[in-house]
Amino acid sequence: MHSKQSKWLWGASLLVYAFLYMPLLIVVVYSFNDSKLNAEWVGFTTQWYGVLFNDDQMLTAARNSLLIGVTSSFFATILGTLAGLAMYKYKLRLLPVLVLTPIAIPEILMALSLLMFFVVLNFSMGYLSIGLAHIAFSIGFVAIVVRSRLQGMDESLVEAARDLGASPLQAFWQVTFPLILPGIIAGALMAFTLSIDDFVITYFVAGAGASTLPLQIYSMLKIAVTPEVNAISSLLMLLTLALIVIAAKVAPGALRASH
Amino acid sequence: MARSKNLAKWLISGPPLLYLIFFFAIPTALMAFAAFRFPGDYGGLLPLIGADPATGKTVLLVNSQNWHDYLTLDNFARFFQEAVYVELFIKSFGYAALTTLLCLGMSYPLAWLIARSPKKWRDLLVLLVILPFWSNFLIRVYAWMIILGPQGYFAKVVNMALGWIGIAPQQFLFTPFAVIIVLVYVHLPFMVLPLYANLEKHDMALLDAAQDLGASRWQRFWKVTWPLSLPGVYAGAALVFIPALGIFAVPDLVGGTDGIMIGNLIKQQFLDSRDWPFGSVLSIMLTLSVLLMAGFMTMLGRGGKRNAL
Repeated sequence: MHSKQSKWLWGASLLVYAFLYMPLLIVVVYSFNDSKLNAEWVGFTTQWYGVLFNDDQMLTAARNSLLIGVTSSFFATILGTLAGLAMYKYKLRLLPVLVLTPIAIPEILMALSLLMFFVVLNFSMGYLSIGLAHIAFSIGFVAIVVRSRLQGMDESLVEAARDLGASPLQAFWQVTFPLILPGIIAGALMAFTLSIDDFVITYFVAGAGASTLPLQIYSMLKIAVTPEVNAISSLLMLLTLALIVIAAKVAPGALRASH
Repeated sequence: MARSKNLAKWLISGPPLLYLIFFFAIPTALMAFAAFRFPGDYGGLLPLIGADPATGKTVLLVNSQNWHDYLTLDNFARFFQEAVYVELFIKSFGYAALTTLLCLGMSYPLAWLIARSPKKWRDLLVLLVILPFWSNFLIRVYAWMIILGPQGYFAKVVNMALGWIGIAPQQFLFTPFAVIIVLVYVHLPFMVLPLYANLEKHDMALLDAAQDLGASRWQRFWKVTWPLSLPGVYAGAALVFIPALGIFAVPDLVGGTDGIMIGNLIKQQFLDSRDWPFGSVLSIMLTLSVLLMAGFMTMLGRGGKRNAL
């Protein structure tokens, strides 16, 4: 009945999928291109990966990104989980506004207000200011995922535990927490990815000396693009894929919870 | 009992509340206040607190007599008096609106296909939409710098085709065209997901009923599917339009001089011109526009829901 329509739909959809994947595929292919220009295919080489692994600035930036990502997502997960719980359990006015607005407004607004804040406080900008900013914008994302997980939870399980004599704290740790854990893991992964990927806010609050991978990539794109960018981009994509596979294995519900 | 409940409430909501007051609410308030101040001698803001010239003690410099030396509405006046700023706002609205429309056009068939495919396929098809979006934002922009670049195959093929019909070779990278393509690319999933979530819930029996009543394929789409999908359309539009409006990195990297948007102007005021008060005015205008659009879309979304019922 819908066969003609389906053909049309499949055609259009395949084009959109191609639009989504072709650019990334090109980056990966060109990372093996034996040419300094990203223009035409010349021949196969792995030299750009070699260049990358000898680039101290890039390696330092990668290490900084990982370090900031791990620490800021750790704190953002704790604060975001608390926020998610609070928004689910209590009728609050201020908290939901503070949690949700940072997600809704353009990033540059948060970036510049934090820049002013740190400057006015005479806070020396660097890794600490980057980390503090990353926590601030990640809390909301974690909170949303955790809250939606709580909303999907069967409340009668907690009541049953309470009837059987569990204290509120016991009921939380033994019933609620395991049930929302996939949501917490999804939130943590999200916070980690957001931190690793963030460019706009990091750019403004990094100060002079600090660098992360996105800042490093940005300066390469602005000043001198070499195929080394393709190599680092390909590796970052590989890392993302690995994270997704791990997430699917560790917490099967986590991926679904994140969208 | 009531007291311990209150304690639990504060223990749970207190930490995130305090953190966000400190690292979101106060900075935002600071920026709003900055719009009414004067730039300092070396950029930044003219200090309100400083050493009293007579005593050397640290005091509040602004008082009821001299407040007009410290607080002003001129920054706002400047925004409305100089046409370039308002024009740039209008242009940025145009870019964001065009991006939203293109995203909608591309997302609709895809979201429909996913919503109508067998259940076991849906998660995979959705994942395939989100996957590219999980790679770093700058990498996605960079990929288009390769594609659109003057030596890239895209430019070569298109320019060859243009040559046949007698049009001079065009540049694609560093133009508004590049800005729009990349904006569409980085925002597409934000449109697909809410649309899919909406279309998945549609009752297919309605389409069959329309067909039985003699509706053509287009009529079924315009009279049944489209009105029912409006809440998803508005949600997606808000998720694309708002971030696209404030973006600065995309125009910065692929836009050239013609392709700049509000975000670039704001960045320029803060980092290059070092006129923070005026930068704050621009930020406030951007925020107001976003709030206005968000309110507008919510209103439309409600209207859409009412139409759908």
